[in-house]
Amino acid sequence: MHTQSSTAAHPGRWARLRKSYRQMTGFKALFGLGMVALLLIMSILSPFLAPHAPNTQDLMSAMRPPDWVGPHVLGTDHLGRDILSRIIYGSRVSLLIAVAVAVFASLLGVFLGVVGGYFGGRIDDAVQKVTEIFWSFPPLMLAIAIVAFVGQGLLIVVIALTAQRWIPYCRVTRAETMALRDREFILAARSLGASSWFVILHHILPNVTLSIIVMTSFAMANAIIAEASLSFLGLGVPPHITTWGGMLSDSRAYISSAWWMALFPGLAIFLTVLGLNLLGDALRNQFDPKLKSH
Amino acid sequence: MLMYLSKRILGAIPVLIVVAAVVFTLMQFAPGDAVNMLVSDEASEADKAAIREAWGLDRPPLVQFLSFLGNAATGDFGMSFKYKVPVLELVLEKLPATIELALASTLVAVLIGIPLGVLAGARPGTVWDSIASAFSFAGISMPNFWLGILLILLVAGQWHLLPSGGREPWGLNLPTITGFNLVDSVLQGRWDAFVSALKYLALPSIVMGTNMMGIIAQMTRASVQEALQEDYVVTARAKGLSGSRVLWRHAFRNALIGVVTIIGLEFGALLSGAMIVETVFAWPGIGNLLIQGIASRDFPLIIGLVLVYTGLFIIVNLLIDILYTIIDPRIRVN
Repeated sequence: MHTQSSTAAHPGRWARLRKSYRQMTGFKALFGLGMVALLLIMSILSPFLAPHAPNTQDLMSAMRPPDWVGPHVLGTDHLGRDILSRIIYGSRVSLLIAVAVAVFASLLGVFLGVVGGYFGGRIDDAVQKVTEIFWSFPPLMLAIAIVAFVGQGLLIVVIALTAQRWIPYCRVTRAETMALRDREFILAARSLGASSWFVILHHILPNVTLSIIVMTSFAMANAIIAEASLSFLGLGVPPHITTWGGMLSDSRAYISSAWWMALFPGLAIFLTVLGLNLLGDALRNQFDPKLKSH
Repeated sequence: MLMYLSKRILGAIPVLIVVAAVVFTLMQFAPGDAVNMLVSDEASEADKAAIREAWGLDRPPLVQFLSFLGNAATGDFGMSFKYKVPVLELVLEKLPATIELALASTLVAVLIGIPLGVLAGARPGTVWDSIASAFSFAGISMPNFWLGILLILLVAGQWHLLPSGGREPWGLNLPTITGFNLVDSVLQGRWDAFVSALKYLALPSIVMGTNMMGIIAQMTRASVQEALQEDYVVTARAKGLSGSRVLWRHAFRNALIGVVTIIGLEFGALLSGAMIVETVFAWPGIGNLLIQGIASRDFPLIIGLVLVYTGLFIIVNLLIDILYTIIDPRIRVN
């Protein structure tokens, strides 16, 4: 992944490359952090930022095109609801789901990965089997099956998306724990009488934290797209909650007459996900060049 | 090789059984009575009981599951609640459309992703690298349903270049042989049908291939960059081989193995993408069938399709493992 050159064939070339990497990483981090900040601000301050209430219908002004100086800057939808306000309020669901999925998936995945990697043997075999089963579903398929049978709701969507998201955490932390397990400082701690759980908490976990942070950035990006996909298919959170995916789903019926209904919510998803992916990549470049898997 | 293949195929059976068990368990959570899907609203309790018995829905879930497994082993996946025909028949009818779309999307992803990645990897730090990077990150972060809607809006709606959905125009009248429209039209020498099949494939396969294109471009870039620093590349250069020959014959060939792995891993995501892309473009494949099955709570159809999806995923990864040995003779199947 990374260019630490050992050849002296093109010294100028590799020096130039390293410099451009630093610049690119800086740009990615800045863009990513900017998008995350924007998402946070929009979702926390939505009542203050949004010019209208997200669900207020006004059929008299339905399907108004964007008007940079008018009351509806990004236009209105088929029920006269303000697109900008709905995007601002929709950020709440995206953020909530992204954070919840990342938290649950990392807790579950890191726990299983560290325990499996540290103890090995039968425990590890069992963890590996469970991972294999959950991994054999094509992505999103398990989430769709869960939502389709159990029903719609924020919590169910979070559970459905967590059902596969924990696996990358488990795989990476397991591999890292196995590599750490036999290192001198762990052996030293163990020979001083430290219990397994003490070693895991105080020596293993701090050493896998950076990878967890990097993976969390990608996990959040993935969760936002997945939630939007479910909402788009009508399988996400209940329809009365404003979501970006739901807005896009609504837009399909009016595709030829109201392009703004499709353009802006999709742009919000795209930029947020792009930001999180770039941030994750920058973090990976900075902290953990060896971590290739996400 | 044959031993290896049969071992891998047999190894997939327990996975499929567990996948079926997971879906069956989830079904028990489904609210309401499945029999309501089979009868009209005015049906009496006695009618419902009769139907329940006829469809085997009165048996305990475990018995239903075991009998499903027994039947599935003989190729009988049950009857669809909604269409009242065998699930297998429905799936086989729609499967070629999805496979055709998936292959076309993979082709799009490979044909754009690999050159982008090689360009960026061979000229790191240049403006080409930045452009390729921007493309690949945009591809990875693109919600495919949004890209689909935008393309329909522009290419089909505004410019009238390509059809906005479906798989063939009305009255095309192309008899089905294999179910793959491209193949069928060639077999019958119908070039008009071939061109129309390509036109209908274009937008959905671009949309479905975009994510994979981004991932392939990133992976290729990284592997080519890594390979270009290896000793054998330096040796090849020292021998006086041309830059492009070193790049394609030495660096790229070794980078290819990682790219093939990614295609296998991402094929599952591609299949999931098919559910969304087929919905957006009204593509008559199994993804569309599944979403309709979920909407009408057609349980036998859903479980059959989940198994088909998972089976396809497993088969593709098996094919990828075989492909490794062709690309890299050092890898032997064992």
